[in-house]
Amino acid sequence: MPDPVNPNLDPMSHTGPGGAMDMAMTEGTSLEGTSPEATDPREKPRSLWNDAWRDLRRNPIFIISSLLILFLVFISIWPGSIATGNPLSCDLIHSQDGPTKGHWFGFDNQGCDVYTRTVYGARASVTVGVCATAGVAVLGSVLGGLAGFFGGWWDGVLSRITDIFFGIPILLGGLVFLSVVKGGSVWPVVGFIVLLGWPQIARISRGAVLTVKQNDYVQAARALGASNTRMLVRHVMPNAIAPVIVVSMIALGTFIALEATLSYLGVGLKPPTVSWGIDISAASTLIRNAPHMLLYPAAALSITVLAFIMLGDAVRDALDPKLR
Amino acid sequence: MGRYVIRRLLQMIPVFIGTTFLIFVMVYALGDPVAALFGDRAPDPATAAQIRKDLNLDKPLVTQYLLYMGKIFTGDFGTAFNGQSVTELMGTAFPITLRLTIVAIVIEMLVGVFLGVVSGLRRGGGVDTSVLVLTLVVISVPTFVSGSLLQYLLGVKWKVIDPAVSPEAPLNELIVPGIVLALISLAYVTRLTRTSVAENARADYIRTALAKGLPRRRIITRHLLRNSLIPVVTFLGADVGALMGGAIVTERIFNIQGVGFQLYQGTLRQNSPTVVGFVTILVIVFLIANLLVDLLYAVLDPRIRYA
Repeated sequence: MPDPVNPNLDPMSHTGPGGAMDMAMTEGTSLEGTSPEATDPREKPRSLWNDAWRDLRRNPIFIISSLLILFLVFISIWPGSIATGNPLSCDLIHSQDGPTKGHWFGFDNQGCDVYTRTVYGARASVTVGVCATAGVAVLGSVLGGLAGFFGGWWDGVLSRITDIFFGIPILLGGLVFLSVVKGGSVWPVVGFIVLLGWPQIARISRGAVLTVKQNDYVQAARALGASNTRMLVRHVMPNAIAPVIVVSMIALGTFIALEATLSYLGVGLKPPTVSWGIDISAASTLIRNAPHMLLYPAAALSITVLAFIMLGDAVRDALDPKLR
Repeated sequence: MGRYVIRRLLQMIPVFIGTTFLIFVMVYALGDPVAALFGDRAPDPATAAQIRKDLNLDKPLVTQYLLYMGKIFTGDFGTAFNGQSVTELMGTAFPITLRLTIVAIVIEMLVGVFLGVVSGLRRGGGVDTSVLVLTLVVISVPTFVSGSLLQYLLGVKWKVIDPAVSPEAPLNELIVPGIVLALISLAYVTRLTRTSVAENARADYIRTALAKGLPRRRIITRHLLRNSLIPVVTFLGADVGALMGGAIVTERIFNIQGVGFQLYQGTLRQNSPTVVGFVTILVIVFLIANLLVDLLYAVLDPRIRYA
């Protein structure tokens, strides 16, 4: 039975995410006696996103990681702005040469400038990470959300499909899939990650929708005769999307690491695509002679993955105050 | 309990069929196993057709799959690229990878749970913060980077270990590869334990135990740890899959001739029986590991009853 004085029936709370998370948020902030906002009498209810944004702005981890990510996106769109050389013009005379003036990172086995290749390598990693995450998030949240909302046969089928996809370790599947689908550009890799990655998001989005569906404001909308589309778009989706966003952001970092690992194994990206994974793979066999060849692309890769995982962590903490 | 196990085993059957069929489709429908046999040369059409007939490749995909599975259940996994039977390869490869995985799991459980308890109990302190930062860094460095670096530092520069593991792969040579394989999972175990210890440390039963004067060690090991390990055990089930993937990378770096090594060789040479055979066994291992994890719950948490 819906409670007549339930705040969730208030039309104001329909505009922003409500439900359990909003309630927990209100409790969490009112306990924070030191912050000036918390002591202010609140005129209008703050949405989950406003609250999260307020937390994030003050979180140094969020600021550092988003600056890093902005920088990475910048150099993957315009790599020429900080690296003037051409990553594919190499001179064997410099093969495995150490760092010199003008070439601070040294040269790789083919005599290419390691600095230029490290800068240009960002593009492949960022493209794979962003495209794969977008694909996984859209496909997973639509298929999982529909299953959670409508239930029925699709829900049963989806659960069996996710069980099957969870049975294949992703690196194992990637090795098999990409060794038969030859290509070497970023698109087969993106396609494979979307293919094997969506069930994870689908499961999370299904669970979130199931929880939100029980809330009184959804029941009230149904009682008022709202159509399924309206309930999904106006009430269910805005409230169920937070966990999907958090998991997708953390997944972005792991997808970049996965692409590099597949390229290292020789099935992901292939030359002439410039990729950290390929460069690390080439350097790892020659590490005795020229450790600098491994160091720079490996550091760039690790920092990129770190930035995305830190961002996801910070956003999760902001959106889910229970974890604090 | 018995009925629960039987129900779970029955549920495994469709998952097993789906997973192996998916891999089967990838290898046999998307790839061309006959062309792979000839390497770079173009096969003579008549010979290719004969091989196709011998290997049942001219039949519909579902029939091929059923024939293949029928052979697997009689213990015939086909022939690997080097002429050995796949069963023989498995006989030498699986014990090695089993040893490597056990080393990794022992390391991640011991070190991860210890670090997690220490930082969870001192939440917000210096130890906690440095452990958290450390785990973030460890998670961000992919296995192939940390593996290559450790191999270079310990094996080449400081000469503490042999850079490559000998073919028999004795346990003492597997310690460093085991650490490399465990690293990322270790960080996850640490974070999970930390969160769950910090949460449980505020629970009423801990306060009760403290109030009745139990020694701190007993509270931590008997009350806190037992309740905090449940999410860690769940993670371990999913982690078996990650370790299998990681083993491909670790075994390649340290030249360990285990499952990952054979699987890698099999994919590179497009030897379909090796790939499908090894993956089939790995899927079974993964499914059983997850069943065992679910049964472990009952041991850790007597409130859970299986109907």
